[in-house]
Parts: sequence; C-alpha cells; structure tokens
Amino acid sequence: MALRIATRVAAFLGSVLVASILIFIVTSALPGDVAQVILGTNADPAAVEALRQRHGLDRPLPVQYLDWLFGMFVGDFGHSYLTGQSVISRISPAIGVTLSLVLGGMLFAVLFAIPMGMIAAIRRRHASGALASALSQIGLAIPAFWAGLMLVYLFAVNLGWLPANGYIRFGNDPGRWARHLVLPVLSLAIVQGSVLSRYVRSAIIEVLGEDWIRTARAIGWTKWGALIRHGLRNASLSVVTVLGLQLATLFVGAIVIESVFALPGLGSVLLAAVAQRDLMIVQGTVMLLVLAVLVINALVDLSYLALDPRLRSRR
Amino acid sequence: MRSKFISLIGGVIAVALILTGCAGNGGNGNGDNGGGATDTLVIGAVAQPPTMDAVTNDSAAIPQVLLYNVYETLVKMGSDGELQPLLAQRWEVSPDNLTYTFHLEPGATFASGKQVTSTDVKHSIERIQAGEPATNVLQTQMEVVESIDDSDPAVAVITLNRSSNAWLYNMSSTGGMIFDSESDADLATTTAGSGPYQLKQWNQGDSVVLERNDDYWATRQPFSEVTFRYFSDPNAMNNAMLSDDLDIISNLQAPQAIDQFSDESRFQIIEGTTSGEVVLAMNHENEALADVRVRQAIMHAIDRQALVDTIWNGHGTLIGSMVPPTDPWFEDLSGEYEYDPEKAKELLAEAGYADGLTLRLRLPVLPYATSGGQFVASQLGEVGITANIDELEFPARWLDEVLTKADYDMTIVSHVEPRDMVKYADPAYYWRYDNAEFRTLMEEADAGSHDEYVEKMREGARMLNEDAAANWLFLLPNLVIAREGITGLPQNATSLSFDLTNIAAR
Repeated sequence: MALRIATRVAAFLGSVLVASILIFIVTSALPGDVAQVILGTNADPAAVEALRQRHGLDRPLPVQYLDWLFGMFVGDFGHSYLTGQSVISRISPAIGVTLSLVLGGMLFAVLFAIPMGMIAAIRRRHASGALASALSQIGLAIPAFWAGLMLVYLFAVNLGWLPANGYIRFGNDPGRWARHLVLPVLSLAIVQGSVLSRYVRSAIIEVLGEDWIRTARAIGWTKWGALIRHGLRNASLSVVTVLGLQLATLFVGAIVIESVFALPGLGSVLLAAVAQRDLMIVQGTVMLLVLAVLVINALVDLSYLALDPRLRSRR
Repeated sequence: MRSKFISLIGGVIAVALILTGCAGNGGNGNGDNGGGATDTLVIGAVAQPPTMDAVTNDSAAIPQVLLYNVYETLVKMGSDGELQPLLAQRWEVSPDNLTYTFHLEPGATFASGKQVTSTDVKHSIERIQAGEPATNVLQTQMEVVESIDDSDPAVAVITLNRSSNAWLYNMSSTGGMIFDSESDADLATTTAGSGPYQLKQWNQGDSVVLERNDDYWATRQPFSEVTFRYFSDPNAMNNAMLSDDLDIISNLQAPQAIDQFSDESRFQIIEGTTSGEVVLAMNHENEALADVRVRQAIMHAIDRQALVDTIWNGHGTLIGSMVPPTDPWFEDLSGEYEYDPEKAKELLAEAGYADGLTLRLRLPVLPYATSGGQFVASQLGEVGITANIDELEFPARWLDEVLTKADYDMTIVSHVEPRDMVKYADPAYYWRYDNAEFRTLMEEADAGSHDEYVEKMREGARMLNEDAAANWLFLLPNLVIAREGITGLPQNATSLSFDLTNIAAR
C-alpha cells in the first residue's frame, strides 16, 4: 500500500519535470517575440533589441529555463512581460471561470449520463433503451462549439431568454452568474454526457451478467433494486476511470467553449498570451494545467483504493 | 435510497458553488448588460489592451479606450480632422514655429483631485523622452522637444529644436496624454488621468470597466459606467448585440454580417471612414519590384473596386495613396491606375518579365488580408504574375518575418495610425522604400508653415502614387452599429480614440 503510493508520487514528480522541459521547448520554439509585439508595426530593430535585453530574453535558453524552474520551486511561476503581473494573479480570476465551466459541465454530464446509461443498458432490448442509445450517439456526433452556437442562436438571439455570452462573477451577482453559465455548461455537458453514457451502459451490461446479480434477483430484489444496491458501485470503477480522463478533455473542451461564449477563462488567457508572445504567462498557465491533470490522474488512481477493497488488502 | 441520492446531488452542487464562488470572487463590478438602461453603456470591441500604459506598448487598443476618455491631451483631434482645445484653453506659436505656449484650463483636475499644471505636462513628455519603457515611435515623436518651462503652473512653454508640424498633431494622440505627476499608481494596471472617466476595473481577457469621474472639470458625462467588452470571435460580438447585451459595436469586423442589423426600430448603422489604409506592400529590395514598371503593372492588374465588393461587401473607400479623406491634404487619386490587365502585361513585358514573374505573397492571418490576398493572387495570375501565398500568424510571426526581417515580396496589412504617410520616408521600414526626393519633401513639409505643410504633404502623396510605392487597395470603413436611441457617435474615426465624450442615450 505505502509502496504503491510512493511509486505514484515519484511518477508524478517525474512527469512534472518532463512536462516543464517540454513546455519550455515548445514555447521557445514559437517564432517572433514579445518585444516585437510590444513595439508593433512602428518598431525599429534597435528598440526591439533593447527591450529583449530588458526582459532577459537575450540570455541563453538553458539559463532562462533554469531561472523559470527554480522560480517555480519557490512558488514563483513568472511575471507577465506586458504588465509585470505575476502568473498567479493574472490567471486566478480565470481559474474561477474555467472551473465553473468544467465542474458544471461534469456535473450535468454525470446527471445526464447515469440515468441514460442505465436505461440504455437495462432496457436495451426495448424501444426506450434503443432511443437512449440513439440519443447518446447523436450527442457524440455534435461538436461542442456547434452545440454552443445553436444554443446561442435559439435561446439568446431568437428567444432572448438567456445572455448570448460573457461572464459575471459569482460574488457580484450569483443569479446572473448562473444565467451566463447555462448555455456554455449545456454545450459541454451534451457531448461529455453522451460519451459518458456509453461507458455507463457497457459497464452496467457487464455487471448485469454477473452471478451475484442473479443471486440478488433470486432472493427477491427487483432488477433496478439489485442494480442500484449492488451493481452501481461495481460499475462505477470503470466509469470513474473514464471520468478522470474526461475531466482532462473537458478542460480542452472548455477552451473552445470559452471562445464561443467570450468567457475570460484559462483558454482565453492562453490564447491572448500566445498571440502577444507573453511566454511567461503561457508557460506558467500550461504548467498549472498540467499539474491539475496530473493531480487528477493521481487522485483517480488513489480512488481505486477507496472503491475497491481488493486493492487495499493487497501487499 | 432516493433521498440519499438527492442529498448527494445537493451536496455536489453546493460544493461546486462554493468552489467556483471562492475562486471567482476576486473583485467587484463586472460589465453590466446595458441593454435598455440608459445609465450605463456597453461597447463591443475586438483587440484587447495588453496593458493600461500606452507609453510602453504600441497597441492601438490602449488609446481606443483611454485617449480622451481617461487621459486628456493639450489639444484634441476633432472628427472633422482639425485640432481643438482640450487641457490647453488656447495656445500660441512663435513666428519661427519653435516655441509653443499652452495656457492650461484653470479648473482642470486629475481624478485624484490634483490640479493639472505645467509640471504634469513636463513630467509626461519627459517620461517618454527618458526612454526605457517608452516605445520608440513615441520617443521619436518627442525628440524634437528641446525644453519645457513649467515656472508658471498655468502655462506650459515648450521649445522645439526644429520646426515641426507633425509634433503638435502628435500631441493630440497617445504621445500627448497628460499623466498625474504626483501619482505613484502602477500605470500598467491602473490609470491616473484627468478625463471624464477613470478605470474602475480591468477584467483581463474580458472587459475594461470605466466609471464616471464625478468631479470632472468640464461637462459631466451621462453614463455612470461604460464597459468595453472584447470579442475574439466576430460572431460572438454580433450575437451579443442581437440579444441586447451590447449598446454599440465599435467597429463591425465582418461587413457581410451588416444585414443582421437592418431592423431600424432596433439598430442604427453609422458608416464613415477610418485611417486604416489596407496596403498591398511591395518590397523594394526585390529585384523585380524595384522596377517602377512592375509596380505600376501591379497597380493596373488589380480591380480595387471589385476587390472591395468581393471581400468587404462593398464597404470601404478607394484612396490611391497613403491618405484618408479626413486628412487636410487628401486628393482623390483612386482613378490614376485604372483596371487594365493589357496595360499591365505591356508594362511587365517592357520590364523584361514577358515570360512571367513569381513573387511570394506573405499574408498575416487577418480577415481582410487572407481574403484580399486570394483576390489579388488570382488577378495577378491573369497578367502573368504567380503569387505564392503563405499565411503568417498575426501579430507575432508576421512582425518577426515581414516587418522586422523584411523577408517577403508582397504582403497585405492595414496601417491604422493616423497620418502615417511619413513612414515612406524611412528606408529601413519594411517597405524598404528609399526615395531621397520624398524624404526631402517630408522634411520640408514638417518644418514649413501650416499652408506649406498641407501643400507639401499633398505633393508627397502624389509622388507616392506616381511611383506606385505600394498598391493602396482600400480604406477600411468605420462601421459602427448602435442600438436605437444612442446619439453623438462620430461618423469618421480620425483618431485612435473611441471618443465617448459626445455620446448620449435615450
């Protein structure tokens, strides 16, 4: 048990280091630099060079990398070349936006996927089960951004029920915060929920064939009762794995949805910073995203221990 | 069983709310969805300001929000293209054009309450001259300032080291913004100006919220709050306008979308000119393009009216040189090189390219440039010029390869700065246009009297046209969409500012 956790932590640290090197190499390979963008179409080469020196961009790349890496060890992810703000203060308002979107999307995806998957599995030989499967197929085929555009067109532009885009902070006005999130969260949830319901369906079909379900039925449980009492926890193992993987794809999906709904989340921070070549912000943000994904994966691994007593007892 | 399940869901929702609430609760006052309210105004715009300090960054998005609205200048550019008093009540120029005496508005104060004095004028200009943080274009603009006498707080006496017409004009733009010299605010994220609005909140990536300066020294503004919301996706901006989340679209990005706003009971469309010349630039270091006959052939080869009709839905003005109609020296030269593919072929043959010519057309990824580039390439193909298109990310990659390294033969980009014709006098600029006669003309124009200035500038514009220094495809239109009831929007964009000071709402 302790060894399992220790290997997991070592793998985690190794991944962080490799990720930091990859991120630095990729951002350094981007053509153009922040000094040129700051000085714009009126730049003269001497001024660009002076500005590069001022920001330390003329130093050798390994020096710049180590500078950044050691900064991160003491919690300093870097500072914006444009405003001097720290990465943390630049992205902390954006984290709230993206988290609202991702957690909201996940929540609604689960709320949609579990009943849909169960119906599709249990009633798979009936019309209602086939309908549930068909709906999730359609949901799978729709790109999230297109779903977003259609939802905006219907509910914002035509019916005027909800705002077309934009973001209000929860602390300013919780009601308007929720209204602004309805359409983006739905666009994400439709696609993610459809994917998830396929996994729920196959997990439950598998569980339904197990002996202990038959035993439960034999002692008088109904099909649904046996499934909810004994089946869901077993089916949840594979569903949680998928959920963890999906959380990472939800972050990616959120970046696209942010652009459709003009939400100031991490995706828009990244896009703006890449366009401006504010590379410290790019590196810092991507690094934090990588950390988030790695932490989620580690937690998923550890959650198996909680869900599956067989793993706990193993030495 | 069921109640357990419901309480579980309830718990998950509560946790989600707490998490997102905590993370998102960083400040107050986000953009209001103006819609029907008349006390606030929400404006949709495209490019976001990368910082709040216009002195340190060349982005036109900064003066769009701040110039005249938050920071004021001694003199202001009116929508008729003439200079008007602002912080300077009046000004006198010595007969040798070297000494400018600005009499400051006695009542003018900064948002901090401090009076605007000649020391602030001195501080603001010297901040640019001191260099380090300032962009080289502003430094160059203020190089002509020899000294600033602030012995009388109410009068700023500025002496130039040479006569310069452009300088006073530059003082009406970014370089002339007057900063509060006693403020120790971080100008990259906050503001210290004397305008009718001050920065309330900057939601990076989303919006800039201005609030009314209730102690403003001149006429109080009708809006307590004005929000500039930024959209990278033009469709999202149009949707926000259509669902009444915006009061104004500062400049419509996709003219094809204009029909969506044809309902006159809801929207008004204001169409005028900007100072954004869409230039098909030709690299004069290229052997073929150094030949005036080749450049003239390219002028004759492209049907500019058809180009505007095709790529910009017919909105836009044909210009014929680097001058918008709002400049005093404008002369309509758009008919000088009529569309004539046969003539183009003749000129190419004369120059020795009868068998064809291959050029690289390196385009920034911007709507007018990529669609304009396709049109240009196909018309050039008809006269025997093969234009090989490649697309470069804008701004970073285009700035690096085209602007800095001049590694291109032709490109298309819009030059938005007002009165930027003088850039043809800089042989190091990416056009690599080296014309001593034009340079002398620009120097004489800058140093001469006002009448000479206008006369020589007109002569210069004509010279560029005759020399086919570039192919000026068209002038970007100023297409403003506003909800019904908004008044005071200028028809033409003559400065970099989106000037709020005359806007009112019913």
